[in-house]
Amino acid sequence: MIAEHLPALQVVVPLAAAPLIVLLRQPGVAWALAVAASVFAFGASLVLAAEVARVGVISYAMGNWPPPWGIEYRVDALSAFMLVLVSAIGALVAPYALRSVAAELPREQHYLFYAVFCLCLAGLLGMTITGDAFNVFVFMEIASLSMYVLIALGRDRRALLASYQYLLLGTIGATFYVIGVGLLYLVTGTLNIADMAERLAQVGGTRPVLAALAFITVGLSLKLALFPLHLWLPNAYAYAPSAATALLAATATKVSVYVLLRFYFTVFGAGLVVRTLPVPEILIGLSIAAIVTASLVALWQADFKRLLAYSSVAQVGYITLGIGLASADGLTAAVVHLFNHGITKGALFMLVGGIALRAGGVNFARLQGLGRAMPVTCLGVTLAGLSLIGVPGTAGFISKWYLVLGALEAGHWWLAGLVVLTSLIAVAYVWRFVEAAYLSAPAPGAARIAEAPLPMLAVSWVLVAACIWFGFDTSFTVEGARRAAALMLGGAP
Amino acid sequence: MTSAQLIAACLVVPAAGAAGIALAGSWPNLRESVTLGTAALLLACVLGLLPTVLAGGVPQLFVLEMLPGIALGFRVEPLGMLFALVASGLWIVNSVYSIGYMRGNDEGHQTRFYVCFALALAATMGIALSANLLTLFVFYEMLTLVTWPLVTHHGDNEARKGGRVYLGVLLGTSIGLLLPAVIATWAIAGTLEFTPGGVLGSASSATLGLLLALYMFGIGKAALMPMHRWLPAAMVAPTPVSALLHAVAVVKAGVFAVVKVIVYVFGTGALAATTASDWLPTVAGFTVIAASVVALRSDNLKRRLAYSTVSQLSYVVLAVAILAPLSVIGATLHIAAHAVGKITLFFAAGAIYTAAHKTEVSQLDGIGRRMPWTMGAFAVGVLSMIGLPPAAGFVSKWYMLAGALQAEHWVAVGVIAASTLLNAAYFVPIVYRAFFRAPQGKAHGEAPPAMVLALLASAGATLALFFFPHVPLALARALPGG
Amino acid sequence: MEAFASHYSYFVTVLLMAAGLYIMIARGNLVKKLIGLSIFQTSVYLLYIAPGKLIGGTAPIVSQAYQVYSNPLPHVLILTAIVVGIATLALGLAIVVRIREAYGSIEEDEIIAADVGHGDRE
Repeated sequence: MIAEHLPALQVVVPLAAAPLIVLLRQPGVAWALAVAASVFAFGASLVLAAEVARVGVISYAMGNWPPPWGIEYRVDALSAFMLVLVSAIGALVAPYALRSVAAELPREQHYLFYAVFCLCLAGLLGMTITGDAFNVFVFMEIASLSMYVLIALGRDRRALLASYQYLLLGTIGATFYVIGVGLLYLVTGTLNIADMAERLAQVGGTRPVLAALAFITVGLSLKLALFPLHLWLPNAYAYAPSAATALLAATATKVSVYVLLRFYFTVFGAGLVVRTLPVPEILIGLSIAAIVTASLVALWQADFKRLLAYSSVAQVGYITLGIGLASADGLTAAVVHLFNHGITKGALFMLVGGIALRAGGVNFARLQGLGRAMPVTCLGVTLAGLSLIGVPGTAGFISKWYLVLGALEAGHWWLAGLVVLTSLIAVAYVWRFVEAAYLSAPAPGAARIAEAPLPMLAVSWVLVAACIWFGFDTSFTVEGARRAAALMLGGAP
Repeated sequence: MTSAQLIAACLVVPAAGAAGIALAGSWPNLRESVTLGTAALLLACVLGLLPTVLAGGVPQLFVLEMLPGIALGFRVEPLGMLFALVASGLWIVNSVYSIGYMRGNDEGHQTRFYVCFALALAATMGIALSANLLTLFVFYEMLTLVTWPLVTHHGDNEARKGGRVYLGVLLGTSIGLLLPAVIATWAIAGTLEFTPGGVLGSASSATLGLLLALYMFGIGKAALMPMHRWLPAAMVAPTPVSALLHAVAVVKAGVFAVVKVIVYVFGTGALAATTASDWLPTVAGFTVIAASVVALRSDNLKRRLAYSTVSQLSYVVLAVAILAPLSVIGATLHIAAHAVGKITLFFAAGAIYTAAHKTEVSQLDGIGRRMPWTMGAFAVGVLSMIGLPPAAGFVSKWYMLAGALQAEHWVAVGVIAASTLLNAAYFVPIVYRAFFRAPQGKAHGEAPPAMVLALLASAGATLALFFFPHVPLALARALPGG
Repeated sequence: MEAFASHYSYFVTVLLMAAGLYIMIARGNLVKKLIGLSIFQTSVYLLYIAPGKLIGGTAPIVSQAYQVYSNPLPHVLILTAIVVGIATLALGLAIVVRIREAYGSIEEDEIIAADVGHGDRE
């Protein structure tokens, strides 16, 4: 009975947890509820993923209204993979938040944080699981609105401005998306994604369809921070509370990428997007610009959290580069990197949150000699940093492998060269941290700094270990990504 | 134990040793005992594999599938056996030496030092025993990363600068050139397994040439010019690091990878059939000569030794690039011969620094009278570097020269002859100074006994390899194309 | 001309859209930017609803008497979108209030100038 409704519960449980938390208010209870909801979501996603591996596609009619009239929840190889990523990060950030939020927010705001956290999680999961284009918009706005709140909760007043800017740009992005969906609805008369795909195949690339493609691309590019539409991201990540940054960085842009993949390869079909329009060329061009400029800008940041934020823009570039290659290996790279970058950045932002808590900030001046005061944290940052670079034996390497392989198979030698060269910029910015932490004399007063609280450290290290684990055992990530890539390319008419 | 278990033990023992060292960090004597115990155990494991390999067996261990079709796996073939034997054998000697050196010089962060050392050995074992290019690459990068804290051990500005060059060159070449080469190999051949005869049979000569260039310059640890800059930079490290890692483990990992790639990925026969590798002996020969000239002009002893290493490494590349069976044997032997010789020289340099605090060649007048054992061992090392009997270097050089003559490769013959003269020119004056000039400055004796013991052991090994080269020779002959 | 007459709702949509976007870019006042955002969103409501209207159509009543009826789905969708829009606007205004408390201004240039002054206080 429960198992049958798992796709709905996947979203409904965190969604219902939010108002419950607001009603109960007690910080401890709020936290426990958030943890319970996110852990449940993680468990549900694992069960769904196993089920999908067995039966193929799970379709769930919301409220028993059969699709395409009712809203369909649809879990296939790609969405199952994303559900696992998002809910895993959620289930790790929730326990992490206890000490972090306690330190960063006034006590009376704690329950709000957890309520919004659950909403955000529900929104992101909903975006992933739903099979209805308009429903995607609704969940997107649930997730976005809660993200704006999460960011605005940051201690620094610049968090408010960052949140405001994100609100403007994010809403424009979502509205563009809705315009695109509206145009598609005018053409096809349906909002169900699978149905839409079938009917679009008969319509072909007429002008409204092309306009819809353009609107959806721009709208989602804003959401996923594709260069040059990334301007909201660095400030939002830098000033949000640590736990919020970890959640956002690891999941928010990734889910938008997922929606983009959905539309490109399921709805419009590779035939239209890849072969008749210059979408790959544009994506590759913008991705290169993102990787190069954002990596270089990251190199010059004075604040480690901002550095990581710019690095995220660059890493999104690697993902979109994989999409631009539009081959089996390219898409595998994109999907694998969604996951690998999610866990890597999640680990990094969590550990950085621990440093911010103990050292009072993550400006490079404060990181001097921290390797002695916080050895476990700094080792974690170094290991996750290696994954960010893409050193073999870490998750990041697997992504780079497929990306370079995809570029070589497409005959783009120069692109393969560019990917490896920009990895070297990543070496430079990760090593800024390593040198500051291990090769600099500690700042005065640094001796009093202790290791981050154990619960935060433990959760962060789960992700650090995952960064290493998924560098060796790739059966889950690569297999999942390959199935998803095959699904996307096979879905082309 | 089965051979698969022995392979696993070769990797797990040093890694577990690192953990043990970290746990024993507060008790220096216990910590050093753990280091020595780990080293001895590792050597025992490696020796346990030797009979099987000598008998022609190929022990294997498959761990897991890293990427579809590419396993994280290990396979012991003769070349890897030899490399593992050299590295693990010298680790014991080097550990004894390290204890004397680190205590004698009151170095800080000693626990970190021993932990990283053990991890470096684990990575070296991974490289030596790897069954395919991906496994090799994983451990190759790991070796770079775990030796970085050793290079920057002193934590000062000079160390930071040296560390940047070290990491920049090694990661730059491996990620920038080696990784694309590996991926291209996968794209072309569909396999990364080390296969006798090579896997790139179908590729055109131009593709082979490009790939070969990517590999040769991408394996920065082999220090082929212009990718050699990291090696002198790494000399900021404490001397035991320079001795084991930058005369044995790290640099030998580089030339080992070069030999392995040429023999098992390209295949000497396949490569000889094309013109793809014609440029390589010239580049290697140039490195041999140019590095010797730089060594000649360096007054700093460790720097001179470093450039000598650059030069000697290119011997190996040169020898294997000739592609003649005898020269491949010479290359393999030289990996072992140079290792024992050069580690002796570095041990002596460290002993001189510890006992007399001298780092420049020009300060060494008469030091042989105060430190006769040390300088005696140094002289043995010098014989090996020049390639004179009764030292190990003679055997390997003999095979190289024979190979060059067999292939009628006159450039290589000329390079070997010229560099022998150059080697003599920059090493013999040191020995002359040490024994035939009057001592200067205040009196001092030998370095701590642990260090002297270690350097005598390695000098003894240098001589022993001349008189009893059977095991390395047997392994070298078992190589395909050797 | 005929194209304009039959598609004039689209022209209004585009006009509103452009006006909204222009306000958001050109105005430095944070509240005015939000007003621009609302206008921009409103244009989308129009885009959805206008095609649903059929001349002479009725509400969608299931009966033999009514053959021509307006499509109800866009209305329902836009009802949702309006709710989302209101939520966004409310949140935006709330953030503006907080910004005013923190900075004492809601003019973008003054706020940025205030932060530059404090830029190094980390």
